[in-house]
Amino acid sequence: MSAVDAPIAELPGDALRERAVDQLRSRLGEALVDTLVKPGDDMWVRVRTDAWREAGIALRDTIGLDYFCFLSAIDWMPSPYGRGEDDPTEPQQERPTEVVQGYTGGETRFQVFARAVSTTLHFGVNIRTDVGDDLTVPSWMPVYAGANWHERECHEMFGITFAGHPDLRNMYLPSGFEGHPMRKDFPLLARMVKPWPGIVDVEPLPGEAAEAEEGSDS
Amino acid sequence: MSADTMLGDRQKLAYIASQAADARLNVELETEGMTLNIGPQHPATHGTLRIICRLDGEQVIWAEPSAGYMHRGYEKLTEVRTFPQVTTLVNRIDWLGSFANEVPFILAAEKLMGIEAPPRAQHIRTILFELSRIANVSLFLGDLGVQMGAITPVFMAFRDREYVLNLIEGATGGRFHPNFDRIGGLKDDLPKGWIDETRGVMRKLRKFCDEMDDLLFGNEIFQSRTRGIGVIPKEVALQYGLSGANLRASGVDYDLRRDQTIPMAWSKTNFKVWTHPDGDSFARCWIRLQETRESTKIVDQLLDTLPAGPVMAKVPRIIKVPEGEAWVSTENPLGEMGYYVISKGDLGPFRVKIRSASFNNISIVPWLLRGVYVPDVITILASLYFILGDIDR
Repeated sequence: MSAVDAPIAELPGDALRERAVDQLRSRLGEALVDTLVKPGDDMWVRVRTDAWREAGIALRDTIGLDYFCFLSAIDWMPSPYGRGEDDPTEPQQERPTEVVQGYTGGETRFQVFARAVSTTLHFGVNIRTDVGDDLTVPSWMPVYAGANWHERECHEMFGITFAGHPDLRNMYLPSGFEGHPMRKDFPLLARMVKPWPGIVDVEPLPGEAAEAEEGSDS
Repeated sequence: MSADTMLGDRQKLAYIASQAADARLNVELETEGMTLNIGPQHPATHGTLRIICRLDGEQVIWAEPSAGYMHRGYEKLTEVRTFPQVTTLVNRIDWLGSFANEVPFILAAEKLMGIEAPPRAQHIRTILFELSRIANVSLFLGDLGVQMGAITPVFMAFRDREYVLNLIEGATGGRFHPNFDRIGGLKDDLPKGWIDETRGVMRKLRKFCDEMDDLLFGNEIFQSRTRGIGVIPKEVALQYGLSGANLRASGVDYDLRRDQTIPMAWSKTNFKVWTHPDGDSFARCWIRLQETRESTKIVDQLLDTLPAGPVMAKVPRIIKVPEGEAWVSTENPLGEMGYYVISKGDLGPFRVKIRSASFNNISIVPWLLRGVYVPDVITILASLYFILGDIDR
């Protein structure tokens, strides 16, 4: 991206990441929606859902990311249960429901994200894509064989289907299980039945309220 | 009771597939296949991993690991914890190298906050990280012998691992779950006399490695049971995302201690990253033995260059991590362990993706076990070296 100015581009690794963005853009064209490069640190790209597999092949063959790291999904909806610190005997609080995506933006509540790494050039790419209302994303199994279990896990935890995956059996849950535990609107039952005792940890001790915001040596 | 009703609901599909394989076999070879269940409770599975094998005589024609007996939902639990509380959870993922699990998460949180631990804390972190690697891998070396019928190595391994656990306990207060790492540094400095004791233990550990080398790796039976067995080619290993010793045993020269810049002290030491061209069970075990040796050298070097100063940076009493996303992974005893942390500027993380090494390492099993003989199943599983908590999280 043009936002990166000259002195930063001299750091090692940045030319690599800039080149990776250029290569992806020439290979995917319009399907590359947004990119973000943090010089010397990491990079993020977002692609259109229909180009997900094509993007994977481009990462593997064009950029040379030979090592598959992980694949999973994010539910960007804020949890209606907050951080599970409500007193379950009280009526439930109103909470914001606006869906705000992270780096490289997005339009949908769910996003699938993955990471692939080059073992020779020593850099990786975080790639993500929006998941439309049909909750279907092309499978990465033909790209990286290791995506198999990651997609199975993602399917049962988020309810996202991977088109082309031969065997989306549950890994952890019984096959009749209803719901997708990692979705934000799936309640964590342990926090629903009794108040969380750990809440005391984040409250300042008596008499320390004033210095709580300042730095402390210990 | 028929085999069909004995299987759980979730195994139905797998069972049908195996039946299909069985039918094909009957037609082609006029033999009857057999389903062999290894686990969930079996010593060779290091916990509760179940492996369903279809056998043709002594040969595995189809195998499928069935994980999930120990899923504890840590990714969900992190969403209702504050950042400092998460270390308690994550050091139970790979329970043999607990301290090493805390480090990448803390580094990710520090990266988001834009702070770095003081040099002394970085050194001590690296020392404890390598000690957990030694404790972890020495258990592997002992256990490896047991899988092949050798009893002596396990006693030696447990004897010498105890010294390392004592060191970890001395420094952190916990043998298995130290929970010692803090955002911005460490809970405490090292206790008095710890450094000298550590040097002595490292000498003992090097001797232990030599003994293992002679006793186990030089053993003819061990070699014939592992050489050329369970070969993983380089391309396949990379495709499945194998990491750590499993990847380096397939000839890929990739070690996150050397190949990335993170605020840890490995860049200040000299160590060799061992690789092996064979990719078989022997190579994977041998790499781990060499790595234990290198770890003792890293610890010695770091003890020599331990800088003075504080072990904790200035951090607010109530830690709020700014909005952002960060990925940090380190070379843990089992392989690449990483956390993708998304923060919304709250007290706790919005989402944490835990990338554990064993999950990828064990996903290669259906590919790897096809065509091997039953006794080799055990040695291959042992050489892949997984921890159940690291698969299921």
